[in-house]
Amino acid sequence: MSETNTTNQHVSFLKYQGKYKGLLGWILSTDHKRVGLLYLYTMLVFFSTAAILGLLMKLELIAPGMTIMGPQTYNAMFTVHGIIMIFIIVVPGLPAVFGNFFLPLMIGAKDVAFPRLNLLSWWVYVIGILTVLSSQFIGGWPDTGWTFYAPYSFRTPVNILPALFGAFILGFSSILTGINFIVTMHRMRCPGMTWFKMPLFPWTLYATAWIQVLATPVIGITLLLTVMERVMGVGIFNPAMGGDPILYQHLFWIYSHPAVYIMILPGMGVISEILPVFSRKRIYGYKAIVLSSLAIAFVGYFVWGHHMFTSGMSGRALYAFSFLTFLVAIPSAIKVFNWVSTMYKGSLNLQTPFYWAVSFIFVFMIGGLTGLVLGSLATNVHVHDTHFVVAHFHFIVFGGTGFSFMAALHYWFPKMFGRMYDRTWANTGWVIFFSGFLTLYLPMFYLGILGMPRRYYDYLPEFHGGNIISSLGAIAMIAGILIVFVNLIRSSRHGEKVTEKNPWGGRTLEWQTDTPPTLENWETEPTVTEQPYEYK
Amino acid sequence: MSQEKQHISSYTSHFVVLITLIILTGISVAVTRVEMGPLNTLVAMIIAGAKASVVLAWFMHLKFDNKLFAIFTALVLVIFLLVLYVTFFDYSYR
Repeated sequence: MSETNTTNQHVSFLKYQGKYKGLLGWILSTDHKRVGLLYLYTMLVFFSTAAILGLLMKLELIAPGMTIMGPQTYNAMFTVHGIIMIFIIVVPGLPAVFGNFFLPLMIGAKDVAFPRLNLLSWWVYVIGILTVLSSQFIGGWPDTGWTFYAPYSFRTPVNILPALFGAFILGFSSILTGINFIVTMHRMRCPGMTWFKMPLFPWTLYATAWIQVLATPVIGITLLLTVMERVMGVGIFNPAMGGDPILYQHLFWIYSHPAVYIMILPGMGVISEILPVFSRKRIYGYKAIVLSSLAIAFVGYFVWGHHMFTSGMSGRALYAFSFLTFLVAIPSAIKVFNWVSTMYKGSLNLQTPFYWAVSFIFVFMIGGLTGLVLGSLATNVHVHDTHFVVAHFHFIVFGGTGFSFMAALHYWFPKMFGRMYDRTWANTGWVIFFSGFLTLYLPMFYLGILGMPRRYYDYLPEFHGGNIISSLGAIAMIAGILIVFVNLIRSSRHGEKVTEKNPWGGRTLEWQTDTPPTLENWETEPTVTEQPYEYK
Repeated sequence: MSQEKQHISSYTSHFVVLITLIILTGISVAVTRVEMGPLNTLVAMIIAGAKASVVLAWFMHLKFDNKLFAIFTALVLVIFLLVLYVTFFDYSYR
């Protein structure tokens, strides 16, 4: 546990002076709140980088033929965009930033169970990022796509090893965070906080943590096998040596589909926190939301084959995976039903976090319903590897994780920084971002149904119209991101000061402590006597 | 942290576990000489599972610890076995 003394007991964690000062006071701090912010700052840098790569790809696609880059550069662009966005941003995303910052606060603890392990997870994360980035200096950017599919990954002439090792190291960071959260929730809940009095964001972190701990080692082993295939030619995935490239896809997706739930479950938790607060109403179906989170985590382990419907799996496996995929839609639909029912007849308080939350439901519904098209064997074959998949994926992963991340940032911002952002600019940023998002990704569904394949820098002239609209949407969305980020960064230093503990009128524990919280979060250990979200 | 009661295993039980593991290793080697087709893999997995269970129960003290840990371990094993089953379901019918 972090050291403290009586003089520092009432000092904000932002101003606390420990053994180290300045930058060292941050990068060597074991305080869960500072570790959460370290993740936030790192992610903002890399999200911006990957978003710019995405914009450059859309500019390339604004017209047929070569516009601003050739095929090799385009291949590298979508690979690096994918690796950064998936392994560095959305997989660690909400748990690493908001889980670290708010889990102890929401369960009435002073810190996570293993504060030093927590700091180590950030350092491992940074080492993983540096390893991925070293690609540029040793053999060029990888060009296989973020999935590193066999046989591309051991036949490509560019040096794929740094990216594989980097993703391997990033996995360790994820496992350390998962273990820490599981132990924290089992051992450090404050008096009175039984499992079914725990808020829903920690519940989703709990479900996520189990996936992090159990599924991540599979991708670690798979990436190491790919390294061995490339360096030593062991023949496990190489068909020329008796190996099976489809085995790679099985192993990759055994991790990477549950990883989608690592990305989305905490986002669902955030939405479940925000809606009752801004509806001034008790959450509808608390236990149903808890159980659906656990059900998603469990069933989500067995649906990976829907990524492989055209890969050459056996017919019976195709049926089984399609059936299981439809099963996982049920708990997701339960959540949407509960969120809408929470708002029904609520006293709605229209603030920026609420806008982000309701737009999350909208884009998540589109992503979910188009997922049924992909989960169904007959339709999947037609839209496989087209822009339809890209659109669906971004509606779920960017729409789901991205919108909920923004919702969380605007919801908890005053508690984190003790300042309020400019609400007019925040709402303007949301409107532009949301409009840009829809303009960017909706045309991709249409292009995909027409048959435009993904991962090509060029296309037939008949796809031109949809691509122009989509590229203009990308420019609008980036403008929205800029407005949101500039507003938040500026407000974290110069925004209106917030001293009240509970500016939104929330009922969960993090709103009962100081703004911003002190080093050890609580002057006296809180005791919980009622359910969360009790609005009377 | 409160002082929790800890179970200390006797040398005898450790010795019995060691002998059990050696015997099971011997069986897993011997069984490779019997031609059973795809069942060879299944038998090898069952023996390996039995060895892992002995290590978990006695060496890692799962048998003497809070039952919650045993439940979680069992749940993880169930997930692992189901993942294996679903994967080989594809290979069996290809």
